[in-house]
Amino acid sequence: MELGTWRVKTGMAQMLKGGVIMDVVTPEQARIAEDAGAVAVMALERVPADIRAQGGVARMSDPELVTAIKNSVSIPVMAKCRIGHFVEAQVLEALGIDYIDESEVLTPADEEHHIAKDVFTIPFVCGARDLGEALRRLGEGAAMIRTKGEAGTGNVVEAVRHIRTVNGAIRRLQNMRPEELMAEAKELGAPYSLVVEVAERGALPVVNFSAGGIATPADAALMMQLGCDGNFVGSGIFKSEDPAVRAAAIVKATTHYQDAQIVADVSRGLGEPMSGLDVRSMPDEELLAVRGW
Amino acid sequence: MNVGVLALQGDVREHARALGDLGVQASEVRLPKDLEDLQGLIIPGGESTTIGKLMVIFDMLEPIRQRIMAEEMAVWGTCAGMILLSKNVVGHTQPLLRVMNSTIQRNAFGSQVASFEADVPIAGIEGGPFPAVFIRAPLVEAVGPEVEVLARLPGDGSIVAIQEDLMLATAFHPEIVDDRRLHRHFLTVCARVDS
Repeated sequence: MELGTWRVKTGMAQMLKGGVIMDVVTPEQARIAEDAGAVAVMALERVPADIRAQGGVARMSDPELVTAIKNSVSIPVMAKCRIGHFVEAQVLEALGIDYIDESEVLTPADEEHHIAKDVFTIPFVCGARDLGEALRRLGEGAAMIRTKGEAGTGNVVEAVRHIRTVNGAIRRLQNMRPEELMAEAKELGAPYSLVVEVAERGALPVVNFSAGGIATPADAALMMQLGCDGNFVGSGIFKSEDPAVRAAAIVKATTHYQDAQIVADVSRGLGEPMSGLDVRSMPDEELLAVRGW
Repeated sequence: MNVGVLALQGDVREHARALGDLGVQASEVRLPKDLEDLQGLIIPGGESTTIGKLMVIFDMLEPIRQRIMAEEMAVWGTCAGMILLSKNVVGHTQPLLRVMNSTIQRNAFGSQVASFEADVPIAGIEGGPFPAVFIRAPLVEAVGPEVEVLARLPGDGSIVAIQEDLMLATAFHPEIVDDRRLHRHFLTVCARVDS
């Protein structure tokens, strides 16, 4: 009997495919998410929109809150640690949750290094804006990738940019001759073996969800049609007028992303979505997606 | 042979790839009309509460149940699928197909840090133990007399694979390994359905 194998870690992410993972800050919100059909919840003290508004250093959540959320639902529970903060990761593993998000939404603890994730039993998901970043995280042992988007904005534009960037780079690799892959690995700053693997498969070797700015059922279906395996929805649900209804609608649109009639039906009468931010008007120091190296 | 994979949520592609390796082009089943002409349906791994709720919302629960009960279609549930096929789940109320006479303990080993791989001998499957991957896996706590136990976990003897006539259920995920023996077994079950 073997624990924490690569198959067990990546397999867990495969079971989440076609689903929606929702940010929650209380056990009550976690139950609303579960009732709406979420495949997992992300236990947080503050959703990204509030982290953005309140400023200060954003850290791992209080273990008491994480445990209370874990005890309130039967679906998997994820939690975030700071980039490079391997002790926060050790703490989250000790809490017995299901997945750790080494996340740029929290204030980074290390501005050069990410966590060596392969030594943990618990699997990690990490954000990426491009293929090189995704493959560096896989090289460190991440078992799932999410394209970053720009969290807490309710604006899907960065999520779209990041999935197009990753998938465009994969298509480029597929068209290369074998001897070109080493130079490309150097260019991407990515492990050569992973570059070769992606060129052969025409896909990342792990599940890739979208994140950061998804606020409507149509946003969710857009990300699925662009090739994501599922959606993280953060502020978009519990910062909207009617979270339970919106959450259920986003779940349905993620399943039936190819059926415009169903996406239309579930989009009716949802109330106000979260108010969005124009990413172009934001100063660089407020952008979260640029964190991660 | 027409075999579909329930594609509401979960690792649909992995099952479709496994069937493809055996020369069967699987269809994705999302709405009741997709069930027509199917001799077999796989309910994949995923989140059982999510798949169950989506089956209710999109009116899939009764049509699937009726086709199974009428023996018009073989069915195989892996992990979440095993839960959804069962009559009872310990400690949870959630939508279920309630077609197999089994009682399931969800998430029987604990959280993801307790997920594991093990080699499990399976009755009727030749060629040595099967490489079984258990991910937040359920266990079969009890079965009725009409249910055949195909596999027990070495060590504690927990039931991890069962068959009841045209219905098959495994607590683990044959779709995420390269061993196709259980998919081949399911296709032989599908072949028993009168088309």
